Amino acid sequence: MMNLLIKNGRLVDPATGRDGPGDVAIAAGRVVSVGSVSPDFRPDRSIDASGLVVAPGLVDLAVRLREPGHEHEGMLESEMAAAVAGGVTSVVCPPDTDPPLDEPGLVEMLKFRARNLNQAHLYPLGALTRGLAGEVLTEMAELAEAGCVGFSQADATLGDTLIMQRAMQYASTFGYTVWLRPQDAYLGKGVAASGALATRLGLTGVPVIAETIALHTIFELVRATGARVHLCRLSSAAGVGLVRSAKAEGLPVSCDVSVNQLHLTDMDIGYFNAAMRLTPPLRQQRDRDAIRAALADGTIDALVSDHTPVDEDAKNLPFAEAEPGATGLELLLSLALKWGTEQGLSLAKALSTVTCEPVRVLGDTLASLASSAGRLVEGGVADICLFDPQARWTVQPTAFKSQGKHSPFAGLELPGKVRCTLVAGHVAYEAD
Amino acid sequence: MQRNPQLNKHGELIHLLSIEGLPRALLHQILDTAGTFLSVNDRDVKKVPLLRGKSVFNLFFENSTRTRTTFEIAAKRLSADVINLDIARSSAAKGESLLDTIANLSAMHADMFVVRHSESGAPYLIAQHCAPHVHVVNAGDGRHAHPTQGLLDMYTIRHFKQDFTQLTVAIVGDIVHSRVARSDIHALTTLGVPEIRAVGPKTLVPGDLREMGVRVCHDMAEGVRGADVVIMLRLQNERMSGAMLPSAGEFFKNYGLTQEKLALAKPDAIVMHPGPINRGVEIESSVADGKQSVILPQVTFGIAVRMAVMSTIAGNNA
Repeated sequence: MMNLLIKNGRLVDPATGRDGPGDVAIAAGRVVSVGSVSPDFRPDRSIDASGLVVAPGLVDLAVRLREPGHEHEGMLESEMAAAVAGGVTSVVCPPDTDPPLDEPGLVEMLKFRARNLNQAHLYPLGALTRGLAGEVLTEMAELAEAGCVGFSQADATLGDTLIMQRAMQYASTFGYTVWLRPQDAYLGKGVAASGALATRLGLTGVPVIAETIALHTIFELVRATGARVHLCRLSSAAGVGLVRSAKAEGLPVSCDVSVNQLHLTDMDIGYFNAAMRLTPPLRQQRDRDAIRAALADGTIDALVSDHTPVDEDAKNLPFAEAEPGATGLELLLSLALKWGTEQGLSLAKALSTVTCEPVRVLGDTLASLASSAGRLVEGGVADICLFDPQARWTVQPTAFKSQGKHSPFAGLELPGKVRCTLVAGHVAYEAD
Repeated sequence: MQRNPQLNKHGELIHLLSIEGLPRALLHQILDTAGTFLSVNDRDVKKVPLLRGKSVFNLFFENSTRTRTTFEIAAKRLSADVINLDIARSSAAKGESLLDTIANLSAMHADMFVVRHSESGAPYLIAQHCAPHVHVVNAGDGRHAHPTQGLLDMYTIRHFKQDFTQLTVAIVGDIVHSRVARSDIHALTTLGVPEIRAVGPKTLVPGDLREMGVRVCHDMAEGVRGADVVIMLRLQNERMSGAMLPSAGEFFKNYGLTQEKLALAKPDAIVMHPGPINRGVEIESSVADGKQSVILPQVTFGIAVRMAVMSTIAGNNA
């Protein structure tokens, strides 16, 4: 293992708000000193970080790697390369692969393949029900032992409230977190948010009540079972309001929002632009405003890329037939920075939504070393992202490392460019 | 926001995809052109050479004999070569993608595609991906738009009522699933109609429709009272029973256009229908065949309007 010295950087630790010049020394995969480095430290390599921010590597709670089963849309190799190119050093992947992650063997294989690539750390979510079919519980304890950090239905909604209650009872027996996307199974069938735009374009709508009804159901079940729930991808102002009340009540819930909902609205669909075909659908301006405020005030805990590589054939279709999803790993940092600047927040605060806050959501499912991710602390794991906060770049999906080449942000100029990413002390990515 | 894809940079119409976003003057210009073609239809030799040597491909991904036939007649009267492709039964059934079909047909040197598709927005995708010299006419996409039907409805209204700016127009029936209703609403709004009513039960006429600038009426009497124009929509078979409506009979009882209900409209009100009509479901036979009905003139005007649309866009370059 190399000894590394990062010199002359602007050190930002989102967990403490620390923001100032300094050096970072790394040995044996860990951060050994932050700020001033002892002259006795003998680095094998020094990285000059003049003009760069030295921050913890990003932690993304929603990344579809497409393996196993959807290799035509993404492979572990391409998507992990995309992660580190985006400064992301830990990814949580949902279980909606083919077959779904409902058996320990599948989880172990995925973790093994990821370890061999030696890029970002991979934390899979296990399927909550077998085959995500919403009927039979999975072997959660076995799956947790294999490395699952929580249990999820991904986008396969669970309509049967009896099964949902049992899944939450069982998960809470062992202290596992249940990750749910709040969307009613029946009301959520449309392809765009209900509203003026969907009405005008003749697209089937998903009403806000598809989200609020699901949230009410989930909160009642949390009250009844005591299960800890992480809510994935909020989309509406009304939904944000319900989460705020639930947190005030003291319910054990956390939630995230995707970069898409943070920056876009249904008006961006324009003339049936299939790049804007997303799940959950893009809603209106006031929903976006509420989401932006809620991420700032902590009602929403984490910002995620909701990275979903979609191949050309699946996207080049009429809007409703196009596969939902967008490539996001390489945009997460820039879109967090853009939001932070627009909201007038400090750099440390903006970064906290993609570093220490998502780690807090993962909680004690992480081993002690891994739980130091998302912070810049001595003795912590050396997952580090070096980026140029002044650089501006234009999103060109064809240049993505990801196999998915579709982005609703194509052509947009964004702030912040990753220069170097370290994972457990080794250089996993360096810009040309 | 992208530029409106149906207009070139001079604001001229190169595709007809939707009436939304087209200026009032352009709509009147197309209706005026249609007026000049109406006389062609009365001549012994019903042909003008405006599209001579051009190939018009009718691409119907969804079956519709009537609309396809009117486009075919219109194109032939403009002297175009017309190729009818029943895609619903050929390429798509074999698994060929929409864009592959378009690429193949473009290679056959098509000049114009007339497209009917079951998905909203499909003609936009085609217009985006075909060669710059190829024009696209939307012949109905999902619930989104049926702009030539909208224009022929406007031609009909202008023919019988002259001035749009004093009219009350009631559109009755399954508005939420209707591309005809959406195109009519955009056209009527653009042409300055002060009151447009959408009439039907809440399952077929949800409150969201107010966003399009219409007055939503759930009561038929309120909807047709004092109207100058009553447009009845076809109730599709699949809506006649289930969660949208309990039965065709109950729909007719509440929203069917009878002599009695029509008597609430202005005495000189006209009755329109895009066809094919369901007698006894949305309209009583005596009304459909009555003296206020202009359903058959609509069909005649439809050919002239489609000739006007095709000759207009063929004359403009991307």
